[in-house]
Amino acid sequence: MNRRTHPLVAAIETAFAWALGLAWLAPLLYAVWTAFHPPAFATRFDLGAPLTLENFHRAWEAAPFARYFLNTVVIVALIVASQIVLGTLAAFALARFTFRGRDLLFAVILLQLMIAPEILAVANYRTMKALGAVDTIWGIVLPYLTSAFGIFLLRQTFRTVPQDLEDAARIEGCGTLGVLWRVYVPAARPVHLAYGLVQASWHWNNFLWPLIITNSVENRPLTVGLSVFASVDQGIDWSVITAATLMTSAPLLLAFLVFQRRFVQSFMSAGLR
Amino acid sequence: MRAPSRSDMPETGRSFGPFRSPRLRTVEAWLLLLPSVVLFAAFTHLPFVRTFVDAFFSTPKGRRPSHFVGLDNWSDLAHDPIFWKVLINNTWYALGTIPLSVGIALVMALWVNGRIPGRGLLRMAYFTPTVLPMIAVADIWLFFYTPDYGLFDQIRGLFGFAATNRLGDPSSALVAVMVVAVWKEAGFFMIFYLAALQQIPPDLRDAAAIEGASRFAFFRRVIWPLLMPVTLFVLVNAVINAFRTVDHIFMMTGGGPDNATNLLLFRLYELGFKFWDQGQASALTVVLIAVLSTLALVQFLIAGRGVHYR
Amino acid sequence: MSHLTRRGLAAACLALSLSAIPASAADLELRFFYPIAVSGPITKLVDEMAAEFSKAHPGVTVKPIYAGDYVQTIGKALTAIKGGDVPDMAILLAADIITLTDEDAVVAMDDLATTAADKAWLAGFYPSFMENAKLGGKTWAVPYQRSTPVLYWNKEAFKEAGLDPDVAPRTWAEMRDFAKKLTVKDASGNVTRWGLEIPSDGNTSWLFTGLATANDVRLVNAEGTKTNFADPKVVEALTFFRDLSTVDGVQPKGLTSWGAAPRDFLEKKIAMIWTTTGNLSNIRKNASFPFGVGMLPAKAHFGAPTGGGNFYIFKGTSAERRKAAFEFVKWMTTPENSARWSIATGYVATSPAAWATDAMKAHVADFPQAAVARDQLQHAVSEITVHEGQRVMKVFNDNLQAALVETKTPETAMKDAQAEAERILAAYR
Repeated sequence: MNRRTHPLVAAIETAFAWALGLAWLAPLLYAVWTAFHPPAFATRFDLGAPLTLENFHRAWEAAPFARYFLNTVVIVALIVASQIVLGTLAAFALARFTFRGRDLLFAVILLQLMIAPEILAVANYRTMKALGAVDTIWGIVLPYLTSAFGIFLLRQTFRTVPQDLEDAARIEGCGTLGVLWRVYVPAARPVHLAYGLVQASWHWNNFLWPLIITNSVENRPLTVGLSVFASVDQGIDWSVITAATLMTSAPLLLAFLVFQRRFVQSFMSAGLR
Repeated sequence: MRAPSRSDMPETGRSFGPFRSPRLRTVEAWLLLLPSVVLFAAFTHLPFVRTFVDAFFSTPKGRRPSHFVGLDNWSDLAHDPIFWKVLINNTWYALGTIPLSVGIALVMALWVNGRIPGRGLLRMAYFTPTVLPMIAVADIWLFFYTPDYGLFDQIRGLFGFAATNRLGDPSSALVAVMVVAVWKEAGFFMIFYLAALQQIPPDLRDAAAIEGASRFAFFRRVIWPLLMPVTLFVLVNAVINAFRTVDHIFMMTGGGPDNATNLLLFRLYELGFKFWDQGQASALTVVLIAVLSTLALVQFLIAGRGVHYR
Repeated sequence: MSHLTRRGLAAACLALSLSAIPASAADLELRFFYPIAVSGPITKLVDEMAAEFSKAHPGVTVKPIYAGDYVQTIGKALTAIKGGDVPDMAILLAADIITLTDEDAVVAMDDLATTAADKAWLAGFYPSFMENAKLGGKTWAVPYQRSTPVLYWNKEAFKEAGLDPDVAPRTWAEMRDFAKKLTVKDASGNVTRWGLEIPSDGNTSWLFTGLATANDVRLVNAEGTKTNFADPKVVEALTFFRDLSTVDGVQPKGLTSWGAAPRDFLEKKIAMIWTTTGNLSNIRKNASFPFGVGMLPAKAHFGAPTGGGNFYIFKGTSAERRKAAFEFVKWMTTPENSARWSIATGYVATSPAAWATDAMKAHVADFPQAAVARDQLQHAVSEITVHEGQRVMKVFNDNLQAALVETKTPETAMKDAQAEAERILAAYR
């Protein structure tokens, strides 16, 4: 904020900013309220309401969440690791190699930015069937193993690395992979972190494709488990839904709390200008 | 200098950097690109081609295999009133959610970039929607919108207003689900703006202060142009999300009342995985991709004049 | 329950890991697709019963596979069959009988029920549940996870309104009059309690079938090849439904939420609701006031839909496997097991013999409301069962909703629905 801002204007702005913050936080606040109180208080806000952990117990009992957690961690780890490794390799080639058809190839890759895998769900489902990957963890992760978004970001970053650094490393005797590892990867560390966190949170919460491609408990992630509570045949039970929501989002919320500063800093140095 | 014993360095023509043979460089480049190119081809480009072909074939049923039907799927689609309704809905959805979520994101970023009290907590508050799963949060929003005892009506009730039924009324249901999408996305876009703002050198601001430029003028003449590239980036993402964010539709309205909140991707799910109508679903997929590609092209053409990625 | 499908995607699989009993080489392991969209206890019970059956039948184990909601489960079963990976049996929507026979995927139960005892067992279910288990003179399914909607009323509210708290409305006119008395407004004219709520979002057609049937009209023919949406009696029923909110002002305007309805009732915002018997235990557990359960009110006569799933046995497996699957179906529907299932889940026991067991009698004595569903069965009809069921249902639901939110008149809406259904079904006649 500008130093010359009138104090009253500043106060009004602060009030607005916080009002918006409260609105943005409202679903989480509601979830916390409802999850820790008996169902009778799910829709009533009474400061005298007794506290309880019963909702968490019921939510945990209602679905094999331990299994879902494990599956989700495996899925997210596979996707993020692969996107970073494959994205780095591809972005390096696109940023620092000149070869015929490079720009065309880059444009063709960028198409994937527009065509998200879920849009091609029908065709991809059949591909998975042909591969025998329906109802497997691989079926969930395969379409996401590389991403145009990641390649685009990393290519931007790599292009800001001075050519001299690369030349120096080459003179030191580094091969192509050596140059990549010693010069470019360190330069891209903030992008890797920022991008990795964004992708982790996206895939932690991804729902549609895993739902389509999996059948059995052994392979389903948390979101699909969560949707069990959302089915409303017996009416919506907000107490259990909120408890389950908090339970499944806790790892991400904690991660963001801990990494908040580093996370924003990574974005800053990610070179998104 | 190390001993030249590495296998990637041929004895003769030991070269490095820009001096290496162009052919070798090309091979290397393609090797680096290979895994990504194979995956893109397998799960994006070939499926797209296949979908395009399927759009001209009938849906296999029971023991009747798929056969060529020419433009039947397309004319069915064109004669389906729901298709047009969904297209119009999605247009409104995009026109509403894109500017709002990007605009709010920018305002949020300006706030938490400044010296506002409780800045860390506020950043966190704005960002929480990104971390929460839409599939579960949609149910919480369902409670907010519930007539009478839902959160909004409880607040309105304090002021003596009557109950509302936003999701049950076709004139307000689409707006209600748009609000959820904006809520979900603004915080995510804020991070990109915030990162860009933090890179603007402080001396610029001081210079402007000395010149006595008003805050608004400073923003319009200095900050906004500097934010153009990030705005383009955020816009591309916002456009994609306007056609991709449908999880909450499943939970909140199921596309109703009478398709008032039905969107392209949701309709695609209905055709593809509820009716198992491969032909129609393929035709709709092609339409969806055509819409997205056109929008992308327009964006790059317009932005290409003002923004340059180095 | 047909409402399990109402949000399309809304549900998903939920289960425990099920490899409790490893099958030996000689064992038959029967794969049993189970649509699950309701939380915990049901999967536990299914696992328990499957394990008990396996114990009592050496050499056979049943492996339940929880594949999502009804729509997903049939999709997955059909995909598996086309891929040559045939499951042994499944519980799928009763209304899916036409899709399954169209796909030539299931065996007729009559072909498996060869002994006199088997035939007697097959004849022992409630006829209204058998309606959509039979097609073309054959029985293709066995009723199992079935339900029907009933009217729940708040006895306290009845007392306040000067109504007899122990008497439910018997007719449409009574229901409307009661609802008028039960609707309460505050000083500024805002409604603080509505008289009635017939939830109308999602699969509107299910509860509407209750209205249409009471008005003495069938929505589809027995073969599932012709709909009757434009019939004046259907339009009349729809007009009555719409007028409850727009003219009589006893029901909230716009579409009302199926999911929130039980909560609306528990919060005393609504004095009478229509919802499935599947909500009995939920409402019983959470109601802070005495409540009654009654049949859906009558117009020409009583009427209600049935919903839910039946057992099917798939073609394409060995005769031995089919026989074992058939044994399992019989075992699951013995009066004792049927009663046990009904008491634990709230689904309606599907045979009179189940209601005659001691366990069921004790349950009814303790909780008389549970018997209302049974008494309503003699007036019940199958839910809409047609070719291209999902598609026809969507057309019908869209138009019902359009009429309820007043974007179309009931006449136009039903004419449009009929025309579109005709177009879809033309290929099947």
